[in-house]
Amino acid sequence: MNWGVLLFPGSNCAEDCFHVIDKVLGKPVTYLWHKDTDLGDVDAIIIPGGFSYGDHLRPGAIAHLSPAMSAVKEFAEKGGLVIGICNGFQILTEARMLPGSLLQNRGLKFLCQDQTLKVDNIETPFTSEYKTDDVLVFPIAHNEGNYYAKPETIAEMEQNGQVLFRYCNPEGEISDVTNPNGSINNIAGIINRTGNVVGMMPHPERSSDNVLGLSDGKGVFISMLKYLEANKQN
Amino acid sequence: MAEKLWIKAGLTDSEYELLTKHMEREPNTVELALYAQMWSEHCGYTHTRPLFKHFLTTGPRIVQGPGENAGIVDIDDDEVLTFKLESHNHPSAIAPFQGAATGVGGIVRDILAMGAYPIASLNSLHFGYPGDAGHTRWLISEVVHGIGEYGNCLGVPTVGGELRFADAYKGNPLVNAMCVGYMKKSEIKKAIATGVGNSLMIVGNLTGRDGMGGASFASKDLDEENEEDRGAIQVGDPFMEKLLIEACLEVFEEDYVVGVQDMGAAGILSSSVETASKAGNGVEIDVALVPKREEAMRPEEVMISESQERMLLIVRKGMEDKVNKIFHKWDLHAVVIGHVTDDGIYRVLENGKTVGEVPVWSLMDAPTYVLEGKEPAHLEQTRRFMNDDVAVPEDLNQVLLQLLGAPDICSKEWVYRQYDHRVQMNTVVKPGSDAAILRIKDRDKAVGVTMDSNGRYCYLNPKRGAQSVVYESARNQVVSGAEPIAITDGLNFGNPENPEVYYQLEQSIIGLSEACRALDTPVIGGNASLYNQTPEFGAIYPTPIIGMVGLVKSLSHVTTMDFKNTGDFILVIGETKEELGASEYLDQIHGLITGDVPELDLDLEQKTQQFILDIIRQGLVQSAHDISDGGMAIAIAESCITSELGAEVSFDLNLRPDALLFGESQTRFMLSASGESADKIIEIAAKQGIEAANIGRVTAHKRLSINNLEKNLINITIEDCAQAFNTGFDKMMKTDA
Repeated sequence: MNWGVLLFPGSNCAEDCFHVIDKVLGKPVTYLWHKDTDLGDVDAIIIPGGFSYGDHLRPGAIAHLSPAMSAVKEFAEKGGLVIGICNGFQILTEARMLPGSLLQNRGLKFLCQDQTLKVDNIETPFTSEYKTDDVLVFPIAHNEGNYYAKPETIAEMEQNGQVLFRYCNPEGEISDVTNPNGSINNIAGIINRTGNVVGMMPHPERSSDNVLGLSDGKGVFISMLKYLEANKQN
Repeated sequence: MAEKLWIKAGLTDSEYELLTKHMEREPNTVELALYAQMWSEHCGYTHTRPLFKHFLTTGPRIVQGPGENAGIVDIDDDEVLTFKLESHNHPSAIAPFQGAATGVGGIVRDILAMGAYPIASLNSLHFGYPGDAGHTRWLISEVVHGIGEYGNCLGVPTVGGELRFADAYKGNPLVNAMCVGYMKKSEIKKAIATGVGNSLMIVGNLTGRDGMGGASFASKDLDEENEEDRGAIQVGDPFMEKLLIEACLEVFEEDYVVGVQDMGAAGILSSSVETASKAGNGVEIDVALVPKREEAMRPEEVMISESQERMLLIVRKGMEDKVNKIFHKWDLHAVVIGHVTDDGIYRVLENGKTVGEVPVWSLMDAPTYVLEGKEPAHLEQTRRFMNDDVAVPEDLNQVLLQLLGAPDICSKEWVYRQYDHRVQMNTVVKPGSDAAILRIKDRDKAVGVTMDSNGRYCYLNPKRGAQSVVYESARNQVVSGAEPIAITDGLNFGNPENPEVYYQLEQSIIGLSEACRALDTPVIGGNASLYNQTPEFGAIYPTPIIGMVGLVKSLSHVTTMDFKNTGDFILVIGETKEELGASEYLDQIHGLITGDVPELDLDLEQKTQQFILDIIRQGLVQSAHDISDGGMAIAIAESCITSELGAEVSFDLNLRPDALLFGESQTRFMLSASGESADKIIEIAAKQGIEAANIGRVTAHKRLSINNLEKNLINITIEDCAQAFNTGFDKMMKTDA
């Protein structure tokens, strides 16, 4: 299973994602360069967090126009697994590969904290390792993580089970008080209709190495790995 | 010169006379500008250099002492850390967002210039109390925002530091930023221009008129006229810096570069002079070749501009295209602006025509000043303080709550949640602890990083105050399981031409040096920021800031302050004396900044710190916390709040209750340990002649109860403590955020 981590100027979580695939999962992983259109032989693509192009214009606005992103689109259209984390999520919404957009946090400040999340849909290639209603701890670190989409889009996503994670408190309660950034319906992560492209603001990679005291995020990558292995065999 | 242009440039008559002697003629305007910047306090350390002789700068783990962009320490396995701190006080007073942001950018480039990857950022901030002053609240918000925006974008975690308050910083806040970098020993770079004919390449940003004369701006008092110096403040672009980091490190992988220097204060000028001077060479720079973003810049403007995100590379002849290719990959330029010469002359050209030439050595030979210090008048008064001058308050629970919410003590989460402190995935212990701990990937080891100061202590006793700060830094390291290795110092003082300020400067440096020798933690670099004063508010407290790095030899040694298990015993190591002087308690509760700094015993301190480290390494300790600001009661309360557990402790000490609870006797630690380990700790302590007492237990019911001589002093819920601790900052800022 080959993994690719897409690298833009200003990406700053690429090495973290690389580290998790390489050292925690022990799987082959390479960097993909934003100027390239040939993604090589990869089975899954991670679009990491950071400040691609310095967040100029708005987060993700320039990155989604890069040559590599048209290749990522083709890859996804063929059913390849793509996960965008933090700035990667922002890039995927700018590219219209995922619905909605990420507005500035309602507190108007950058927010870095260990955040509790509830898993909403475990029947995806990204969440099969979890149990429904599991409460997980993933760090968040963003200024524009306030998820917004039109009411009819939200209704459709809710109906289709496209919401994967929601912000909650340690007891698993989902309410406005447990919403760190103002996201509609406490949405922290979503999946596309075809079930192979995920965007999420929380950082599963930062919650994957036991030394750091957090390990809930590993489940995302292990879920992806199991899916890929199962499908490769078939 | 007809007019005394040198005075306007910031040089004295005697300095002007000296430079004409060096040049054997009068300078032109370009040459005068070169001397004015290089001979400023900021670049030339004119007042502080003679005092640096006190510092211990070598040791078994010291790979590089002062004199490079940053010092380097050995952390075993052929791995090294490089670290340094830098002040950005004056820019931050006038343009707090950009001032703080570019402070971070500058220190990160110092680390990059050593060849290292920046792995952690810290900052030490000092402000006046906000009170009703909207201006101070604005300063705090903007400085924090500036640090966050820059560091977050770079992907360098901001993991620690401090935020302290005193009226003395009202007119002149302090913003000191520290950066720590990691590299293999073989990857170390130096700031040296060797090899005649090698090229000087400028990389990164374009050069403009921003930051003109920043070095000399930082070397005079801050007053209304400074408003005109707004042009002396730089504008930061963290995205450019991020690209610069990636591109430089890629270039360093090949053998293209012989020397690297960050362009900080005095820009192209100081970076090139320093590299040439180290090699004993000359350099020639043509200002017309420098990529600019403004038109019609005069040669001296190009030379001293402090436009950010630029570096100087000394590139082997013939390798220029290869360097350029890598920078192009990152959409950056690398442009040859001059070359190394063999004549020892610093030569500035414009389109090939010489517009200034002076001997390199003379620019580096800034005159130094050893002044006569005078003990500050206030010390005679403050030393006379007796504990009996203040009465013991009736409601000690109330005092505890008030102190927990006090600006210096309360939770700073409001600040650090605006900083990405987890990026790079090394942060084992987060901000809000005694020390931040970063693991070294693929190794069973970690590093502790801290930044500490205590302006009030240094104001009340410059020498012992400075010693206390070094010791407190080291205590923060050892309670976290780290062995202190070395320090970087930030010397923040008022105008040294005032004899009382000079006394504070001299005594602080002596105190700092003595403590560093006693602990064997050499000074491997630092920064001096003098002239921190305003006509309205006077000089700041003497504020030496200590940035320290320690080595955790195994991840199993990492220890935090929160209690771990109900039923564990709570131990106090060290002697509690009846010392109220200089305390946070006197300041906050009685409104008194007075008394002497608590006593210190250098041998006992060294011995006790080693003991703490030993018992942590033996696995005997569950939690450890140093007893500092606010004393014993605050230390216990903090361990309760962070663990959401209670504590029941009692003493048999013949002391005033307020001295027992809130006095700041030095060399004390609070630990928790299981029954068997607690006995062992006390046994080892007794053998070594260190005072240790078992004072009670960690409890499940969430209350803090403290008794002395069978009388209850404190009985309060942890919820109330947490409420005071967690809301103190918001209350001070008067925000709901």
